[in-house]
Amino acid sequence: MSPKTLYDKIWDAHVAHESDDGTCLLYIDRHLVHEVTSPQAFEGLRMAGRSVRAPDKTIAVPDHNVPTTPGREDPKNMTEDSAIQVAALDKNAKDFGIHYYPVSDVRQGIVHIVGPEQGWTLPGMTVVCGDSHTATHGAFGALAHGIGTSEVEHVLATQTLIQKKSKNMKVEITGKLRPGVTAKDITLSVIGKTGTAGGTGYVIEYCGEAIRDLSMEGRMTVCNMAIEGGARAGLIAPDEKTFEYVKGRPHAPKGAQWEAALTWWKTLFSDEDAHWDKVITIKGEDIAPVVTWGTSPEDVLPITAEVPAPESFEGGKVGAAKRSIEYMGLTPGQKLSDIEIDTVFIGSCTNGRIEDLRAAAEILKGKKIAVKRAMVVPGSGLVRAQAEEEGLADIFKEAGFEWRLAGCSMCLAMNPDQLAPGERCAATSNRNFEGRQGRGGRTHLMSPAMAAAAAITGKLTDVREMM
Amino acid sequence: MEKFEKLTGIAAPMPLVNIDTDMIIPKQFLKTIKRSGLGVNLFDEMRYDDAGNEIPDFVLNKPQYRDAEILVAGDNFGCGSSREHAPWALKDFGIRSVISTSFADIFYNNCFKNGILPIVLPKEAVEVLMKDAEKGSNARMTVDLENQTVTSSDGESFSFELDSFKKHCLMNGLDDIGLTMEKASAIDSFEAQASQARPWV
Repeated sequence: MSPKTLYDKIWDAHVAHESDDGTCLLYIDRHLVHEVTSPQAFEGLRMAGRSVRAPDKTIAVPDHNVPTTPGREDPKNMTEDSAIQVAALDKNAKDFGIHYYPVSDVRQGIVHIVGPEQGWTLPGMTVVCGDSHTATHGAFGALAHGIGTSEVEHVLATQTLIQKKSKNMKVEITGKLRPGVTAKDITLSVIGKTGTAGGTGYVIEYCGEAIRDLSMEGRMTVCNMAIEGGARAGLIAPDEKTFEYVKGRPHAPKGAQWEAALTWWKTLFSDEDAHWDKVITIKGEDIAPVVTWGTSPEDVLPITAEVPAPESFEGGKVGAAKRSIEYMGLTPGQKLSDIEIDTVFIGSCTNGRIEDLRAAAEILKGKKIAVKRAMVVPGSGLVRAQAEEEGLADIFKEAGFEWRLAGCSMCLAMNPDQLAPGERCAATSNRNFEGRQGRGGRTHLMSPAMAAAAAITGKLTDVREMM
Repeated sequence: MEKFEKLTGIAAPMPLVNIDTDMIIPKQFLKTIKRSGLGVNLFDEMRYDDAGNEIPDFVLNKPQYRDAEILVAGDNFGCGSSREHAPWALKDFGIRSVISTSFADIFYNNCFKNGILPIVLPKEAVEVLMKDAEKGSNARMTVDLENQTVTSSDGESFSFELDSFKKHCLMNGLDDIGLTMEKASAIDSFEAQASQARPWV
């Protein structure tokens, strides 16, 4: 048998039909649904008189535009249009009989945090959601990617997706990371190297010692941003850490089924001689704590660097850099560590898990914030509860952070958590696009520890100086 | 879905690279439960000022491009989120085809579900078409799906590659779900076999 990559293996195990031209129907094991990209899909089903083919494999949770302040169970405390979307999800979940975690449920949270937390996401699965950050689930060795609303409707109706196979890319991070360097710095540094279109047409497998050394939370952070590098999906081969994380979760297999699953999961790795269409290798020791300076996630530099000159780029990027620097209110040559910030946002599907909150709290312990506003939005109700139990919530509150309920919040600012025009934010989320966190808002992406350091000094800060 | 065969129309130049889905349709317009009516908010934050007035410099606000049906755009058009609201907004405005050197994967797929043809061409070809689009409303480009060509107003023609299944669906305005349901027996037998092989799923 010819050697296969991990992606090849998962793909082959899910092809339900293949046409002569290579177009496949890929069977979907888990379909995650949220309130923003699903209403039109359910409406489509109703209009065509269709049902959900596999309601047991379909899981819904409202996350994108729910407020993160108390009292949100009452629709009167939401904007009218948000309340309509959440009510539509309530109704669709009930009418079509799918699993559902309403805002009143402690298990509610960001769909990409809830899935793994509840054991819905398992190695070797195909996972889709009408959200580009579905790539997160790749951390378990699951083939996971975002889809549009028409495809959401297609999966609801047929439990399959029309797909052609992507190419294989290997991203290897060798050796150890230096102190103060985290999963977020890895994933941002990879995008800084490959560009936001470097992964287009590929599924990336992340490997190497630095990846193996990461916790499951860290691996989710890495895979989460595969989409920001343009890839269809990011993958990490499952190992003992993965199995340990999954074991005992509410929807993980148990008993004999666990043993059977484990036997298969242990075959999920790329064979030694597998073919790679593209290989990127980065030394772990070369990665520094990084921040973004512009309005594309590829605009990444070590915190010790300066704002670049647009002329230092080539082609269309010269104009884009000029526009970014103007939008961000920066000057070429300015030290990144001199940039003052107004707001700190810790949360999102990229960095809203317990380990992220621990890393930020570690820096914040006994300190006070020097910014106008700082907020922590845990990725799920359960992350929130655990952080309270561990005393992290008290550290955040004593430092001057707002301690919020779970949701996507200021990552995409669909709920009331938004930046004002010109306001500058140190954010642990995934996109620094123009207007992403509010019209005219300015976003610098970084790790939770770096965001915490920025909260204390009021400017972008090298977290290594605080360790 | 509306068929796409051949289109001759005004092309608007947008040379900026990495035009993302937040630019195409900002999140405040995602709170709809409909697919229609988003054209007025296409490129909202580039197109209108804080008071909601049109910004005259923005390409689609210029008189010669108000009826554009084609966009010629910089590299990596449509990067970012999976929101299908992006092609919905383009379509509602009247854009039927977008030409670039590259597109983000999810956006690219979403276009085909909505009767929009995204065309990938080499850098040199996009540069020629960008210049052609800059001529304004007298310069009409032709996109011919059957023959897989784009022709500039000067008659210069470029061939593009396209997946045969996507082409077939777009030319005939076919509904994917209907097509897949014809293969229900294949899905049934896969499901039966998979539930034996991986009963924990």
